[in-house]
Amino acid sequence: MANVVSIAAAAASLPWDVEAVRADFPALAQLVNGHPLVYLDNAATAQKPRAVLAALENYYQRDCANIHRSVHQLGERATEAYERARRTAQAFLGAAEPREIVFTRGTTEAINLVAATYGAANLRAGDEILLTGMEHHSNIVPWQLLAERTGARVKVAQVNDRGEVEMEEFERQLSPRTRIAAFGHISNALGTVNPVAEWTERAHAAGAVVLVDGAQSAPHLPIHLSALGCDFFAFSGHKVFGPTGIGVLWGRAELLEAMPPYQGGGDMIASVSFERTTYNRIPYKFEAGTPHIAGAIGLGAALEYLQTLGMARAAAYEQDLASYGAERLAALPGVRMIGQARERTAVFSLVVEGVHPHDVATVLDTEGIAVRAGHHCAQPIMDRFGVPATTRASLAFYNTRGEVDRLAEGLEKVRRIFQC
Amino acid sequence: MPELDELYQELILDHAKRPRNFRVPEGADRRAEGFNRLCGDRITLFLRLEDGVVRDAGFQGAGCAIFTASASLLTEAVKGKSEQQAEDLFRRFHALVTGHADQAQMETLGKLAAFGGVSAYPVRVKCASLAWHTLKAALSGNGAPVSTEE
Repeated sequence: MANVVSIAAAAASLPWDVEAVRADFPALAQLVNGHPLVYLDNAATAQKPRAVLAALENYYQRDCANIHRSVHQLGERATEAYERARRTAQAFLGAAEPREIVFTRGTTEAINLVAATYGAANLRAGDEILLTGMEHHSNIVPWQLLAERTGARVKVAQVNDRGEVEMEEFERQLSPRTRIAAFGHISNALGTVNPVAEWTERAHAAGAVVLVDGAQSAPHLPIHLSALGCDFFAFSGHKVFGPTGIGVLWGRAELLEAMPPYQGGGDMIASVSFERTTYNRIPYKFEAGTPHIAGAIGLGAALEYLQTLGMARAAAYEQDLASYGAERLAALPGVRMIGQARERTAVFSLVVEGVHPHDVATVLDTEGIAVRAGHHCAQPIMDRFGVPATTRASLAFYNTRGEVDRLAEGLEKVRRIFQC
Repeated sequence: MPELDELYQELILDHAKRPRNFRVPEGADRRAEGFNRLCGDRITLFLRLEDGVVRDAGFQGAGCAIFTASASLLTEAVKGKSEQQAEDLFRRFHALVTGHADQAQMETLGKLAAFGGVSAYPVRVKCASLAWHTLKAALSGNGAPVSTEE
């Protein structure tokens, strides 16, 4: 963490031209209900820069062919673009080798893949899977399914009143039976940044393998796998400003090699006969069937775009939005923020006293402000704070202080309408 | 652009803030549950019937303003109605919130006409109609929980 912070601090001295960045995202320049769009639903999905749209168009207009099998020119171009995206993802994460990058449909599929292959091959009855109380459903349900199949137990490190899991609590839930520890890098519902490097160290000491759900961190922090120390890392393309339907599972080569395949089909085999089928090498062993070629290429373009912007600079800019937003919104009467973690990103999970989040979101929408109302696919953490749902504003590096002000004004309008 | 005060009319805000019949009626003999997965609206609806006529209605639960007001006004509107009349009322109410009601139907809806603004907000139709779906389940008496995701 110290490393990341110091990089961010150094980068902060460079100016962040937010208007120039916004100009890269065509969807941001529109009116919604007569107002300039204020898009604050980035934790659900992020808008796409022109570079991504151009990469998709180029593939479909020029290079459209299947990969890894076509001798012709278009097939070669498509294969090269797809494999280049893999190398870009490798560089983005700081992974050792491109073959450690497996393309999946998204974070959800990446976690399911690990549960269904590594988990099924290594867990026995009585073994334990450690999660935290702030996980997204996609980092809960695959492990529950695995537990049902193997007789393993799911254990949960509980969240404190600030929305953090304390180290003592994390260690208390670890045991010699913990085989897998899986946790989010950043909470989608609260914005809490978890000390995943420290947790990974403790989990490793207990003999567990560690999966980090990076769906909410890959878009907001520079990721250095060597600093995290984990064994698997998953993220989604559409949240890092790339296309939907594509994501990445990174795994240590030796673990991926030892794992059984996930799905069977074309491209994942070395040879097939009815007597015996041998599997392809990694990562292809885990990429059965024609993959989302355009999606991978678009994701590659998104990651290249982020590298050009500089993730450390983006993170420093977002930190300013996070502290400005926390201060501005906390000053509003009748508005309560769920989650006050010391380390957090620009995610604000809000409760307007006496008004249901769905009504809040409808009023904000008429002002052109897009937020999420609901349980954010994280019901356990909503239960923890005793609310059925919240109104969540989640920011990205293209948002501005002015947009935080628009949100604050929108919330004041909510209170006027509902007279509370 | 839809007007917000069409959706959040005075009557709706009033019933959302102070829901009527927010109680379990004495001698209730019908009960059904409803759940809106999207926003977590949750209702248990109670009815007391005599000779096929709704004599009392009440509800428990929590949800958004549109849902709460809809449940509250429903419990007022169905009192004294036969099962057939209540179901017919639901048909007209549904036509209203989905924007398919004609002038004649609107005029028969009384206070419920306040929900006319919902039709401009398609995602909110479920909020307005959950209590009514639950009413239908309570009247048919099969006891299965109602979800708006059907």
